[in-house]
Amino acid sequence: MPEYQNIFTQVQAHAPSYPGVPLERDRDTRERIGTPVHLKLLGWFGNAQIGPIYLGFLGVAAVFCFIIGFTTIGFNMLVQVDYNPIQFIRQLFWLALEPPKPEYGLKLAPLNEGGWWNIAGVFITASILLWWLRMYRRAKALGMGTHVPWAFAAAIWLYLVLGLIRPVLLGSWSEAPPFGIFPHLDWTAAFSIRYGNLFYNPFHMLSIAFLYGSALLFAMHGATILAVSRYGGEREIEQIVDRGTASERAALFWRWTMGFNATMESVHRWAWWFAVLTCVTGGIGILLTGTVVDNWYLWAVKHHVAPAYPDVWDPATLVDPATLSAPAN
Amino acid sequence: MNTKQILRLALTVSVVSLLAGCWERPPVDMVQHGYRGTGMAQVYNPRTLAKQQDLNKVPVALPAAPDDGPRAKDIYKNVQVLGDLSVAQFTRHMASITQWVAPQQGCVYCHNPANFAEDSKYTKVVARRMIQMTQHINGNWQQHVAETGVTCYTCHRGYPNPQDQNGQKAYWYAAGDPAHKGGMLGWRDGQDEPAYSVAQSSLPNDPFSPFLLGAQNIRVQGQHALPMGDNKQGTKNAEWTYGLMMHMSKSLGVNCDYCHNSRAFSSWSQSSPQRVTAWYGIRMVRDLNNGYLAPLKPVYDADDLGPKGDAPKLFCATCHKGAYKPLYGQSMLKDFPELAKPSTDGKPLHPLEGEPAPEERKQVTAAVAMP
Repeated sequence: MPEYQNIFTQVQAHAPSYPGVPLERDRDTRERIGTPVHLKLLGWFGNAQIGPIYLGFLGVAAVFCFIIGFTTIGFNMLVQVDYNPIQFIRQLFWLALEPPKPEYGLKLAPLNEGGWWNIAGVFITASILLWWLRMYRRAKALGMGTHVPWAFAAAIWLYLVLGLIRPVLLGSWSEAPPFGIFPHLDWTAAFSIRYGNLFYNPFHMLSIAFLYGSALLFAMHGATILAVSRYGGEREIEQIVDRGTASERAALFWRWTMGFNATMESVHRWAWWFAVLTCVTGGIGILLTGTVVDNWYLWAVKHHVAPAYPDVWDPATLVDPATLSAPAN
Repeated sequence: MNTKQILRLALTVSVVSLLAGCWERPPVDMVQHGYRGTGMAQVYNPRTLAKQQDLNKVPVALPAAPDDGPRAKDIYKNVQVLGDLSVAQFTRHMASITQWVAPQQGCVYCHNPANFAEDSKYTKVVARRMIQMTQHINGNWQQHVAETGVTCYTCHRGYPNPQDQNGQKAYWYAAGDPAHKGGMLGWRDGQDEPAYSVAQSSLPNDPFSPFLLGAQNIRVQGQHALPMGDNKQGTKNAEWTYGLMMHMSKSLGVNCDYCHNSRAFSSWSQSSPQRVTAWYGIRMVRDLNNGYLAPLKPVYDADDLGPKGDAPKLFCATCHKGAYKPLYGQSMLKDFPELAKPSTDGKPLHPLEGEPAPEERKQVTAAVAMP
């Protein structure tokens, strides 16, 4: 009997490679290529088996588009450091491919003034959409539900709002984030500052609640199942309808500690909706920013969300100097 | 745990501590600077402050000199500033400047030892202009420097070329062209490198040209909840403003909320009085760069000019050097009243050779467009 009462994966089943279930269409089976390999290191984190690999037309097309987009970004970064590999590594987190300046609006800017950003964006977006299609088709081919592709679609929605829909609505590619590690984070902070503090955006609030909620649910569910695994709790899907002692102990634990419990079925729906709604509400929040709301703080004041605080300093000293009739000098 | 596991744990711990080395270690001191609950608090690292103590010590002033006897301008030749001082006061002032600006190099940093009166060394021409600038600051920019005022020492601290708290140059040049200019790839839009000028962030790293030489709009937030079409500032504009603010934060050793309530950056009624002082500071620096620093370009050696051939200019770090007030607000001006106001008494300042007329100067400013 495997022992699950510990925090890292202890069990690695050794068995011959499993090629995957036979599928209805012969082509789906045939196109899986390569001899599977087993890596012990991977077994600590997931399945030790790698392969056989299936890419198919959609997979190949997605990888192709991704490589073009990725190298477009990468070569721009490489030239930024004058092809110096050491500086490339040192500055990697700072480097970025920036969208065009505001004056170009939605026109295609010269290549070296943001045009490459559009090109990289087209290919990365195509790659993501092709990969989504591939996910959908693979789920269908395996006779699965399409829960995973639809969850991925929620993330794609947020991505498209940021990089495509909102910039188009505002009439300027310059409103889109850059491709870069720190630069996109600095962009996020600047974006929030420009539009009067994103924390007062109710959809941003919802998105954060779902994001943190997702993490909490993930931890609660993972912990619960591991904790009742000695009673067969890992057979959670069977226990949706055939509730065993693991299910009952887990349920009683949560009723005791928080008065209410999810079921073996509903906890997965909770998790799926929290994850999906993180991106869906986040995307709505970004979409509204600049298009229908210009200053979220003032919006929150108008709708009695943001409180006022007592004065600390004499308000007479806190007058915008630019409004004084005769600013000195 | 077996040995292997202990080794693995040790490896993890050392990797984590290596990463932790990227940040300043705790403990830090928090000082409340706004209404409770607003999170307006200043974070000070006591170890950094301890290091800055020496930098902010005021040098002992030379004993005051008597005001009697003939005036310096009547005794020495080519005295265009401070000429109304007595010879003793004038000599004391020159000795003080040497102590403040060029203690290693001595008088010969500016003067030809064979003839102290001649202007053959460009450093002397610059120094004269800087004395006029100091008088202009103390006389006309009290909204920023108050009665505390500034002297040569405020910026120079014993170095001919002012240094900041980290030994970096405390003056700036317009950003040079990138190496790939005119090429097909590698456009950075003036940002995306670990730049010291903006505290190693990836923000636009020459916010000084548009804001501290030019007079581009720094304000980006709209003043209405809903878009009314009157605010044309975009997210990229906010990045430029953010870059300038990072420079201010680093130069003053303070957080954003030293001046702002970060929940509503643009709101003046929720800001601290320091924001008003800083607002005048930005205008003061812009005035000085346009009126004093940038026009000195024809005077300098080529070595002193920036990659675009511009003269060194000043910004917040030039005086502040990591302190919320230069020299923690100690006034040296009281011992040097001759620097308190322009000594030309309304007469136009001696124009420099090659200096653009005020009309042209405006055009220079307008040409500095925010990239």
